[in-house]
Amino acid sequence: MSTKNFTLDDLKRILREGAGSDDDIDIDGDILDAGFEQLGYESLALLETGSRIEREYGITLDEPSLVDATTPRALIALVNAHLADSLAA
Amino acid sequence: MNARTVVTGMGIAAPNGLGAEDFWTATRNGRSGIGPVSRFDPAQYPLRLAGEVPGFVAEDHLPGRLLPQTDRMTRLALVAADWALTDAGITPDEVPAFDMGVVTSSSSGGFEFGQGELQKLWSKGSRYVSAYQSFAWFYAVNSGQISIRNGMKGPSSVLVSDQAGGLDAVAQARRQIRKGTPMIVTGGVDASICPWGWVAQLASGRLSTGDDPRRAYLPFDAHAHGHVPGEGGAILLLENVENARSRGARIYGEIAGYAATFDPRAGSGREPGLRTAIELALADAEVRPEDVDVIFADAAAIPEMDRVEAEAIAAVFGPYGVPVTAPKSMTGRLYSGAAALDLASALLSISTGVIPPTTNVEAVPDYRLDLVTDEPRSTPIRTALVVARGHGGFNSAVVVQAPSD
Repeated sequence: MSTKNFTLDDLKRILREGAGSDDDIDIDGDILDAGFEQLGYESLALLETGSRIEREYGITLDEPSLVDATTPRALIALVNAHLADSLAA
Repeated sequence: MNARTVVTGMGIAAPNGLGAEDFWTATRNGRSGIGPVSRFDPAQYPLRLAGEVPGFVAEDHLPGRLLPQTDRMTRLALVAADWALTDAGITPDEVPAFDMGVVTSSSSGGFEFGQGELQKLWSKGSRYVSAYQSFAWFYAVNSGQISIRNGMKGPSSVLVSDQAGGLDAVAQARRQIRKGTPMIVTGGVDASICPWGWVAQLASGRLSTGDDPRRAYLPFDAHAHGHVPGEGGAILLLENVENARSRGARIYGEIAGYAATFDPRAGSGREPGLRTAIELALADAEVRPEDVDVIFADAAAIPEMDRVEAEAIAAVFGPYGVPVTAPKSMTGRLYSGAAALDLASALLSISTGVIPPTTNVEAVPDYRLDLVTDEPRSTPIRTALVVARGHGGFNSAVVVQAPSD
């Protein structure tokens, strides 16, 4: 199976690098099911995050499914599904 | 509605002082902020001096979420806006969102940020360009970021007229206050001391050369040979006077008059528009030339342009008719930040009764200017005129007056 797996820690690192983080919102806590909006990341922050994931992992995320991934859990699942596809291909 | 508009707060980021207090202490004492460029290696360029804002660490003032999406000019503007609001005693959370607007000036947008993203584009490819480039470079970005950070949903806009922009923005803010918005954050902050900004400015042919900070920018002097660029500016809080009084705010002064003109086509032989801008601003403020206590000059330091300004001043006020100063001799020209900073200086002159000096300059005698040089001059000041010109023919003038009782 996949040797490359996208984890919550990967997502947190990429969010911090691409869009920064605020002192008053703790993204190190249990954020898997928190909405990105609630975490302070608006659509442009997610666009930047998506673009960083794409170039780091060599995948292409289509925009509609990126927009539909409104929580870290959904985005991580989306990325891992693409990683599995790219391995299978 | 013709509501009177007053200034109740200011935030300053200038090459010779971060914060209004540091800036004014330096400025009244003739302390310059011009020195060797440190933000990049300028060795290969004909100009190696700049007025850089000292000691600004954005991380100390702004949340981490804002850093990846802001150019230096926006970071400085956001912090200056915070200071202006604090200075005015305003907590934006406690004011209805539609009662506050933002109008700033811009000249070239976020050049340093844009340069970084363009470098990524050609060296690595489009996938490496930040999504934030979509607005981080943009002219209106300072207005937008200030309004988002402070929850200000009133009228918001940007004025782009180079160095005249700071005054044009304040005038637009006054219009919005007259239309009924009680408070507008205004002014301008610029910062493009980066290689891309440098070559763009060099193309104007108006930049000075040489390595001596004391001889590089000499407005109205026989050795005038262009200007030194600087960064920074001022953010002001403008307020309807009734609003300011009802909350017991300290009032720096009133934006009493404004006018803008545009120069005739080059080579037409017609008189430049500066004199008319000054006369119309005085008329708008209902003051006579003899009522004006000091002029903060545009001070281009291009001999022909210095002459145009000196002649306009002599035509309206008479030879040696009014003290004139150019504290930007200590900061360099700040583009869209310059005129707002001069306006702040004019208001501080009114509150302190001190005209700051124009440094390192000896006025050309036949300009017939009473130029305040070397030492600050103490004198009661009730009415000040700020003059600004933008590249391409913009002329603007604002009259500020001491608060009336």
